[in-house]
Amino acid sequence: MSDAMTDPLLAEIVGPTPGQMLRRRIFGHQGLLIGGTVVALLVLVAIFAPLLAPHDPYAQSLVARMKPPVFLGGTWEHPLGTDHLGRDYLSRLIYGARVSLLIGLVTAVISGLIGSVMGVCAGYFGGRVDAVVTFLINVRLAMPVVLVALAVVAILGGSLTVMISVLGLLLWDRFAVVLRASTRQVREREYVAAAQAIGASTPRILLAEIMPNIVNNLIVVVTLEMAHAILLEAALSFLGLGVQPPTPSWGLMVSEGKNMMLFEPWLVMIPGAVLFVLVLGINLMGDGLRDVAAPENRS
Amino acid sequence: MFQFILKRLGLAILVAFTVSFISFSLLFLAGDPAAALAGETASGEDIEALRHLYGFDRPMMVQYGDWLFSALRGDFGESYYFKLPVAGLIFDRLSITMTLGVCGIAFALLTAVPLGVAAAIRPNSLIDRVALFLSVAGQALPSFWFGLILIVVFSIKLRWLPPSGTATWQHFIMPTIVLGYYAMPAIMRLTRAGMLEVLSSDYIRTARAKGAPEMRVMFKHALRNAIIPVVSLAAVQMGFMLGGSIVVESIFALHGAGYLAWESIGRNDLPTVQALILIFAMFYIVFTFLADVLNAWLDPRMRSS
Repeated sequence: MSDAMTDPLLAEIVGPTPGQMLRRRIFGHQGLLIGGTVVALLVLVAIFAPLLAPHDPYAQSLVARMKPPVFLGGTWEHPLGTDHLGRDYLSRLIYGARVSLLIGLVTAVISGLIGSVMGVCAGYFGGRVDAVVTFLINVRLAMPVVLVALAVVAILGGSLTVMISVLGLLLWDRFAVVLRASTRQVREREYVAAAQAIGASTPRILLAEIMPNIVNNLIVVVTLEMAHAILLEAALSFLGLGVQPPTPSWGLMVSEGKNMMLFEPWLVMIPGAVLFVLVLGINLMGDGLRDVAAPENRS
Repeated sequence: MFQFILKRLGLAILVAFTVSFISFSLLFLAGDPAAALAGETASGEDIEALRHLYGFDRPMMVQYGDWLFSALRGDFGESYYFKLPVAGLIFDRLSITMTLGVCGIAFALLTAVPLGVAAAIRPNSLIDRVALFLSVAGQALPSFWFGLILIVVFSIKLRWLPPSGTATWQHFIMPTIVLGYYAMPAIMRLTRAGMLEVLSSDYIRTARAKGAPEMRVMFKHALRNAIIPVVSLAAVQMGFMLGGSIVVESIFALHGAGYLAWESIGRNDLPTVQALILIFAMFYIVFTFLADVLNAWLDPRMRSS
């Protein structure tokens, strides 16, 4: 290192490349590593659910109801016990990862598309477009999300498609707010003015000049909104107006276990803990990605 | 300042009207409200009679106008389920939700502000890390699950607190914690960031240089300035929390407006649901309006934007 300090020319040669620096930042970030590992593991569990689950998550058994988990004196036949219908709890948890991740991912994509288009247009065009988008954001923020989602799901019926559509149409506000602000910043840069000067079309400027420079912020909001959507789905299913039985949703499992909570608290503890770990993992990953990809936005 | 308030008020009113239209449109999402109201066994004539009775046979905009003008006078129609005026039903239960909201935001402020200040005084210390962990973990904690854990620990195992109902002030302790922790992470982060910024400013250095005691510098000079944005954030969070009280009220069986919303949704009681969505939205609109005006009053730079 001391050679590099004294000779500026040499410093340029031996200094780390941007790629190396990025890799160092990624592997030096504890939160990102922990969060990323948790999310990656749960994604693998969701993908390979049929291979991993020891039993059919829907198979009921009247003789094997409410068996305790192994650590509370149960057997390895049902490592995490069985629920009130004798369904294997571990298998239901494993399949529940599919429901949560699917809802989180698709909701984030839908709301991300809506919010990004609104935010980028508002930030780039300003003026009336901006006024309309800002107004729509205000309207959306004033709507009580849980209440509206519950009401719409109750009217249209609680299927996965309805849940995802409702959440996707409700959770675009943060995308619009964040991308509007970052587009406004990027719009003032010289390279945007340069692109305008050489006569680049507006879509080209938006896609080739603006987008690459705000994609960091977009990724961070995607993770935050995934976590948000997963928590909301669980809460709605817990209230009985989300994903309907017998689908294995973690929120629904907590709700089903609630009545037996007095004697069998693990029925509530286990699915809630898994939900907590997944959302924590996603949030840690999101915070980490922000630190690594957009260090200037660190709070 | 007056101009700012007027502009902001105009926006708030416009938002309120738009939200009222959206919450009214929910009725039409339901397909045929008359058929739903009459039940599965009703004949075509019964449905037709109901449709006429409730005025569902009129054009949508006429129905909306009618509903809106009644709502402006405080008349939200009659509940399908209770057969009572919706306004009275909601008014009776609003006090519980408001109590819960005020307790919740007080709990959040009383825990998050000291934690944020302590974290900012010693950045990267143990307490800063604990505060950061709490805020990250707090955001990931599902509130319905947190509520059930509290019930298991404090009601079932320790038998310290009642699990549900509203009879005494003890009944409000657990719901307050569950509702309040939701607002904690944001308030704590903002307090910490504000304190860090203020502590590095010139007037703090001046105060220290003239020999003011450290406690006085922290609380009289620093916190007073750092707390300004926190106050308006708290107002916004309060608006969010009232809307989120539906989950907390259902766990602890607090019969407030959120619980009424949950019941009414389950019963397809649309006039009640519409009115509740509008009322919760109005709370949010009023609180954000107050927060913005407060901000502009305290910080003149905000008025221009």
